[in-house]
Amino acid sequence: MRHLLLTLILLLNLLPGLHAATLAEYTFDEPDKAEDFRDIIEEMRCLVCQNESLAGSNAELAIDLRNEIYEMMKSGQEKQDIIDFMVARYGDFVLYSPPLKPTTYPIWFGPLIVFLIGGVVLFRILRRKSVTQETELSAEEEQRLNRLLNQSNDQRDADQ
Amino acid sequence: MNRYLRYSIPLLVFVLIASFLAWGLKRDYNPRHIPSPLIGKSIPEFELPTVESPDTLVKTSDLQGRVYLLNVWATWCVSCRAEHETLVHLARSGKVEIVGLNWKDERDKARAWLSQLGDPYTINIFDKKGRTAIDLGVYGAPETFLVDSQGVIHYKHAGPMTMELFNETLLPLIEDLKPQG
Repeated sequence: MRHLLLTLILLLNLLPGLHAATLAEYTFDEPDKAEDFRDIIEEMRCLVCQNESLAGSNAELAIDLRNEIYEMMKSGQEKQDIIDFMVARYGDFVLYSPPLKPTTYPIWFGPLIVFLIGGVVLFRILRRKSVTQETELSAEEEQRLNRLLNQSNDQRDADQ
Repeated sequence: MNRYLRYSIPLLVFVLIASFLAWGLKRDYNPRHIPSPLIGKSIPEFELPTVESPDTLVKTSDLQGRVYLLNVWATWCVSCRAEHETLVHLARSGKVEIVGLNWKDERDKARAWLSQLGDPYTINIFDKKGRTAIDLGVYGAPETFLVDSQGVIHYKHAGPMTMELFNETLLPLIEDLKPQG
């Protein structure tokens, strides 16, 4: 009995429309437009729940904005028009990837600069290390090294 | 390189990072405060009914010639209730005119709210669909805009209005915007 119930519940999940059906109502005649629509709402932040995109959010405002964008696309507006429309109202914050401009230079180039500084520091440390390793052995050290090497060779011979 | 100088580098890096973190903690940071791109721009064109009557239409041009606060509110918004007393107090003080934008609400509820808690608004615009709110870049009530006599937005506050905010930030701006004489 319990198995039957479980199976039924699992089967119910297969029905289309039970999950994430919120976007199904947006239909387009051209597949290109449908793709553009998806791209746009994926790239935009829902301002109410800031970690969700417009596509993923069920906040009232996100639904309104999805409808608005859908209407704009239906009336023949291009992707860029819609992005401009949204940025004019909600600012760059609405975009998940910030545009390249002086105020966002730190975001775009900061990591590269930190990476380069790290590279320079690493390079200098490694070069200094390799320089110190190339110092000549004194005669005494040479002797000791040979003795140690012979010792380990003898050990290996004995093991075999 | 000087040995002491070299050993002090990690300390310097630590101090740098620590001061950035301290700055981040100390400043009054609120992720809900998103800078509005509408500052310095005109309020959007609209033609909407009022909360009081579906037959009375208000246009953008009707609001010209006065300095006012445009307050976005709704009965479903808890913070709006929290700030309402402040708005009523401000309206009574006569320091500023307050225009309401009732956002995605129901007329009956809005009217009941105003008769119960007091009505600070000289005009109360009824934006049932929330289309004008989208043009204003509204993302959460309450939001308050300071608009001048030409219809240009000078300041936006997201969150409940407080006397402190009004006296310290808005009042000086309002004094500047009001015609001298």
